[in-house]
Amino acid sequence: MKVEITVNGGQLATDVEDRMLLVHYVRDVAGLTATNVGCDTSSCGACTVLLDGESVKSCTLLAVQADGHDVTTVEGLASADGQLHPVQQAFREQHGLQCGFCTPGMVMAIVSLLRENPHPTEEQVRSGLEGNLCRCTGYHNIVRAALAAAGPAHPRGQDEDRPGGGVAP
Amino acid sequence: MDGDRASVLGSRVLRMEDHRLLTAGGTYVADLRVPELAGAAQVTFVRSPIAHALITGIDASVALGEPGVVAVLTGRDLGDLNGQAGQPMPEPLLATGRVRFVGEPVAMVITDGRYQGEDAAELVSVDYEPLAAVVGFGAALADETLLFPDTGSNVVATGGDEQGAGDAMFDGCDVVLGATFPNQRVAPVPLEVRGAAAAWADGRLTVWASTQNAQIARATISGRLAMDQAAVRVITPDVGGGFGAKIGTDRDAIAVAWAATRVGRPVCWSETRGENLVAMTHGRSQRQTVRIGGTRDGRILAYRLDFVQDLGAYPRGAYLASLTRLMTSGAYEIPRVRCGYQVVVTNTTPVDAYRGAGRPEATAAIERAVDMFAAEIGMDPAEVRRLNVVPPGSFPYTSPTGAVYDTGDYAAALDKVLAAAGYRDLRAEQARRRERGDTMQLGIGLSVYVEVTAGDHASGETGKVEVHEDGTVTVSTGSSPHGQGHATSWAMLVQEELGIPMADVTVVHGDTDVIPRGTGTYGSRSLQLGGAAVQKAAAAVREQARGLAAELAGATEAEMELDPRLGIWRVRGESGTELEWGKVAGQAGIEGLVADVLFVAKSPTFPFGAHVAVVEVDTETGKASLVRHVTVDDAGTLLNPLLAEGQRHGGIAQGAAQALVEEVLYDPDGNPLTATLADYATITATELPSFELVASQTPTAVNPLGAKGIGEAGTIGSTPAVQSAVIDAVAHLGVRHIDMPTTPQRVWAAISAAAISAARGGQ
Ligand code: FES
Ligand code: FES
Repeated sequence: MKVEITVNGGQLATDVEDRMLLVHYVRDVAGLTATNVGCDTSSCGACTVLLDGESVKSCTLLAVQADGHDVTTVEGLASADGQLHPVQQAFREQHGLQCGFCTPGMVMAIVSLLRENPHPTEEQVRSGLEGNLCRCTGYHNIVRAALAAAGPAHPRGQDEDRPGGGVAP
Repeated sequence: MDGDRASVLGSRVLRMEDHRLLTAGGTYVADLRVPELAGAAQVTFVRSPIAHALITGIDASVALGEPGVVAVLTGRDLGDLNGQAGQPMPEPLLATGRVRFVGEPVAMVITDGRYQGEDAAELVSVDYEPLAAVVGFGAALADETLLFPDTGSNVVATGGDEQGAGDAMFDGCDVVLGATFPNQRVAPVPLEVRGAAAAWADGRLTVWASTQNAQIARATISGRLAMDQAAVRVITPDVGGGFGAKIGTDRDAIAVAWAATRVGRPVCWSETRGENLVAMTHGRSQRQTVRIGGTRDGRILAYRLDFVQDLGAYPRGAYLASLTRLMTSGAYEIPRVRCGYQVVVTNTTPVDAYRGAGRPEATAAIERAVDMFAAEIGMDPAEVRRLNVVPPGSFPYTSPTGAVYDTGDYAAALDKVLAAAGYRDLRAEQARRRERGDTMQLGIGLSVYVEVTAGDHASGETGKVEVHEDGTVTVSTGSSPHGQGHATSWAMLVQEELGIPMADVTVVHGDTDVIPRGTGTYGSRSLQLGGAAVQKAAAAVREQARGLAAELAGATEAEMELDPRLGIWRVRGESGTELEWGKVAGQAGIEGLVADVLFVAKSPTFPFGAHVAVVEVDTETGKASLVRHVTVDDAGTLLNPLLAEGQRHGGIAQGAAQALVEEVLYDPDGNPLTATLADYATITATELPSFELVASQTPTAVNPLGAKGIGEAGTIGSTPAVQSAVIDAVAHLGVRHIDMPTTPQRVWAAISAAAISAARGGQ
């Protein structure tokens, strides 16, 4: 079936198999491999993208369901001049990623979460990320990154030996 | 090094890896779009749906007729390469004759496309003649059904002190108590599942593998496929987490590599999560029996641990038990210690290294025993620990099982963590809640731990540093990052030694053609071995450069100095003699300005620490929530505290997960009950608090960086603290023990059982 999907601002019209998942469309047809597949039960969130600005798990949709819609992946998040999106920037500054596999999905989930709730509490961030698994960070610095991206004056977990984020090399 | 400057060592430097991972994503095996893999066929495994059975026939004819099917390959096609001739418990690449766990690979379907593979795999018909399944410790030890009939037993090995013997060791104790409990089987769940791709051209096999160590993977693949090591190249692209379960390479990936030599085109394979949860190795899986004795005033005099290690269907992790035994007595100085074990096979997924690999099991056992002892004599568990830890003046300390703890101050770690947690206030709050009979009770759990890192220090690690004529540096490391941040850490070491900015340092790893010698990343070994190698190589380069700079300047070596802030050589005190690194490198000519170092440490190191977990337990539902987790994790001198903290966070979360929620389950026939992420309770952000980390750095003299490993410490310390906190929350109701994971059902059942026994006792 023929579908027309706008991915990161570029329009793409292609024939796809009816059963093709949106995540495979993004990865194999659009050639954008940052979006990952981490499960087969829509449990992990590694495949999270924005569909018309709202986060969805792209393994739960068929490509044909996205026909005529707008998809944004982490590759489309930074501005054209390479300026990182505040959530990307916060991930870097707060060491919110290790192996990086969950990261594109996490970043997109947080972008969406902050759109809905620009100043969440730590608890709201944690419950907003319930569907996104990370095995490396213990979520600590991911939560911190989400709160940092949202702006100052939020309760944080305190580390005695952690005066702030890190310094750029 | 020459001159004064602010050192970068010990600073919170942000990662150089991140920009790429945040904007383009990593390149994991499934993301490879390299020309060598153009037109690659997809591999889909046909896996056993039965835990124990004889294979009586495989018919691929229907599958072969399906669209897009290139080949269906079985163990028969592998011929002599399939088996492990001479091994008592051989593990073939593809099962022939017998399957021993659900998920065991039986055949490979090679197709043009991914979805075609899934369809065709279902059409491969395998005839099974089911056998009784051996599931659980009792069934394994009973030896009624054998996985390997020729060996006569399911017991692979026994070791340590004889089980059951040695009761005299408890003579003189006022109090002796014991218990048997599981250290349950858990799944590693790296977010990236296993995967591999392979291309065969001109008699050379190139394998891209999601592994923690390319060089060991090359040795395994070439060994299993009877190829010359030089004919195999292994490349590790980005790896999405390993946690021990991606050490080396699994049979599945070896079979994929072999398939590339058979089908006339490259092949690639990414398993599904469902496959990952049954066919990637699991961790832990011990049944532990502890016995502890001591005086009423709190001295522990004797401790013994007897355990059975379940290795699943094949004895890949046969070494795990000896690691548990090595760490039997933990952080404590106990006069009499014994440990014995049996290692068994069962019809379940093979068990191998998982974050901590044998040490978390030892720590969980002794910490539980110490808590039971404290409860029995009515002493605060912190006080019992303070009384019994190895005193600070005793290092190096040789434990009764032969571990030599290099440096430490366990009492100080305990005091620090208690102060940071506000232990006394927590106990007061707990007392108030108990007094009021609140539904939401508070539990406080402690652990003091010591663990062993770089246990295989003798294999060492390689590091090569080369300065190019444009003044940039390439570091080639035998270590193999998969999230740890080596590119940043190694660049910090180079900047420190050479004054060349980190931004000009490129770190390469995981390509056996580029780095033929190396060991990899596991056992918390990277910084203390691989980092030390890089530092030594950089220092060697600096001294070579001194000679080259002297030649260029027409001065003596002694007159040359390196300005570490500018990364510039000059004749000491003479302006106008400045030489840039590129120029100096140019002087090296064809040989280049390069040093290649193998750093071998003379012993392992022993990080230590103490954790306080605080949980709230709803006594009506049994639900336990971890509300605070405070830790001291001392891994010697820190190179980059930001990265060390990240390792601690991840470790704490995985350890807490074992205490609270995670468990791999089988039914009595060996069918996995946790084969999807919907069923396996992988810990989420909502189940964890932010962690409170306390700094502590006690250097080791074992390596020039003063560093110990930090990758596994958090896991080792957190599991017993969290389990203990849950039990502590309901201890006043008469509960003495709850098995892990401390699920609401278990906690609720323990409360009910205690209430019933209290009512009976009161009659
Ligand atoms: S791949 Fe979509 S939720 Fe896991
Ligand atoms: S950074 Fe590895 S899974 Fe999140």
